[in-house]
Amino acid sequence: MTTHKKQRIVQLTLSYLVIVAMIAIILYPILWIVGSSFNPGNSLSGSSIIPKDATLAHYKELFDLEKSDYLRWYWNTMKICILTMIFSVILVCLTAYSFSRFRFVGRKNGLMTFLILQMIPNFAALIAIYALANLTGLLDTHLALILVYTGGAIPMNTYLMKGYLDTIPKELDESAKIDGAGNFRIFWQIVMPLAKPMIAVISLFTFIMPFTDFILARILLRTEEKFTLAVGLYELIADQFGNEFTKFAAGSVLIAVPISLLFLSLQKYFVSGLTAGGTKG
Amino acid sequence: MGDQGNQYSGNHRKIALALSVIPGLGQFYNKQWLKGIVFLVLTASFFIAFSDLIQYGFWGLVTLGTDTQFDHSIVLLVEGILTLIVTVLGLGIYVFNLRDAFKVGKQRDKGEKPNSVRSQYQNLVGGGFPYLMMTPGFLLLIFVVIFPILFVILLSFTNYDLYHSPPANLVDWIGFQNFIDIFKIPIWRETFFSVLAWTVIWTFGATTLQIALGIFLAVLMNQKGIIFQRTIRTIFILPWAVPAFVSILVFAGMFNETFGTINNDILAIFGLGNIPWLTDPTYTKIALIMIQTWLGFPFIFAMVTGVLQSIPNELYEAADVDGATIMQKFKSITLPLVLYATAPILITQYTFNFNNFNVIFLFNGGGPAVPGQNAGGTDILISWIYSLTMTSAQYGKAAAITMILSLIVIVVALWQFRRTKSFQEEDMM
Repeated sequence: MTTHKKQRIVQLTLSYLVIVAMIAIILYPILWIVGSSFNPGNSLSGSSIIPKDATLAHYKELFDLEKSDYLRWYWNTMKICILTMIFSVILVCLTAYSFSRFRFVGRKNGLMTFLILQMIPNFAALIAIYALANLTGLLDTHLALILVYTGGAIPMNTYLMKGYLDTIPKELDESAKIDGAGNFRIFWQIVMPLAKPMIAVISLFTFIMPFTDFILARILLRTEEKFTLAVGLYELIADQFGNEFTKFAAGSVLIAVPISLLFLSLQKYFVSGLTAGGTKG
Repeated sequence: MGDQGNQYSGNHRKIALALSVIPGLGQFYNKQWLKGIVFLVLTASFFIAFSDLIQYGFWGLVTLGTDTQFDHSIVLLVEGILTLIVTVLGLGIYVFNLRDAFKVGKQRDKGEKPNSVRSQYQNLVGGGFPYLMMTPGFLLLIFVVIFPILFVILLSFTNYDLYHSPPANLVDWIGFQNFIDIFKIPIWRETFFSVLAWTVIWTFGATTLQIALGIFLAVLMNQKGIIFQRTIRTIFILPWAVPAFVSILVFAGMFNETFGTINNDILAIFGLGNIPWLTDPTYTKIALIMIQTWLGFPFIFAMVTGVLQSIPNELYEAADVDGATIMQKFKSITLPLVLYATAPILITQYTFNFNNFNVIFLFNGGGPAVPGQNAGGTDILISWIYSLTMTSAQYGKAAAITMILSLIVIVVALWQFRRTKSFQEEDMM
């Protein structure tokens, strides 16, 4: 019994050592960037994690529209994310509902096409997207980005949504039909309210996807005022690496804090959504 | 009606089908006047509206232009694809017309009355509803997803690059030359295989590490007697909560050789402060794999934590009775159950990292440069395609490599989906 207890103590001690090490590895970059953002001066030479004369100057500079486009980038990103989310959710619900409830010519082929399309990331065709935007005059517009994001979101999320709708009993529709409800009414007043949890998951996915995308925004956006946060932040340090690092640090903190809070409060939706996506295809 | 052995009493179906070669006539023959007029008008307007486009479009698609003064090859290519899509849609309606005439003719042959206008309308609304609902999504899909894919496929068979670039020059079809060049011209072949090799190592190394760490930490945190479990779990999720592009750029700063904290503060303690993280390919690769592990393990951790909580405790109690060690319990109870429950998602993690452009590009731009090849030392296929397109204007070659990459992804993904149960269920498809 005593050897068992001893073993248990050793095991717990080792576990705590690992946990402490992991916490250090996770928190160190975060503390470092927060510390950098309060550092006086533009570069990091001679700085320390806990700055001696901490300053809010870099944050103030970011909020100054004359000196920085940061607020514009924030606004652009929010606009693109929200519009992409709204359009995607509407289109995904309509498409998934047809796939789930109707048996029509081309259904099977359509589903197969969606299955294959969701496997190829849509930025693989970046040459085409660039050429097409160039020809249609949509290069350097947010509309182009929103369209590409929405189109790219349809296949995978339709699959997710269809899987969920399949679990809502069809008897509900049938009894509503007997009561004289039309197709659209069944969709809008009976099925959609029951699908709210999955609508939440898809809204989350389609909001966060444009937020974290870098490659498409980088290809399609040309002028600085139109950048999204990902492209803007990259330009901020790519231009003159290190010379504006503290400003970049402040910019990072202002993105990371709200998004992390949003994420942590909705984390269970992410896990459930991604799990459903993986198993149901 | 009196034929022996033949259920049909006439030849209406064949005549209707034959007449339908001109859309509408078959419907007229079946005395469905309204439907016939709709088909006729649709066909006529299709030809009036698109006959020029179709003629010009196919000409452009075949020749890609003959005169640099008037013809822009890429515009012609785009118009050609548009023509292709319009033609396919037109053919679809045409086939639908033939089927319709045949079906109604068959009904007449069987002695049934063709549907009245009223019931036809009801049929259209009822049967057409799913199509109506899908149209907006489907149209968008055609233009922003399917169109670009067709464009890339066609582009991979052209010589579109810096020297064959409109408007000054024309682009030509060159068949499989791009693919042959990639495997035959030494610099392309060497670059391709070294990029492919690193892509494979990267995919397996980074993904396996993040999965292993995620499972390990989930099991660790699932022990009884760990205090502050909720808080620690939240901290472990943090790298997933921070947007990846922010973390990667921050890491790029941390690994910076002049002011980065890794060399200046952490490694300086151990007396090694001069590791060339961003200028030596090997060190960049090590850094990249470590960063991706940091970024990727929380999702696995969160998912496996969920699975672990659903494993019945009796299994472990029974193992305890048999005197199993911790390792034995992990190997024969925990790991099989976790892997069984999460296998499809783990595979998507591999395909995700295979195309993980962000971490490669944002950390060091695919660099550092390496002599003897036209890709950076840490470029994976997707980031190589990006730099071929955006910096060296090798569009044709980039399209060919995109095709190879898509082929790999599709094969892996199809293999995965064939294994998942839902794919075989009739109702899922």
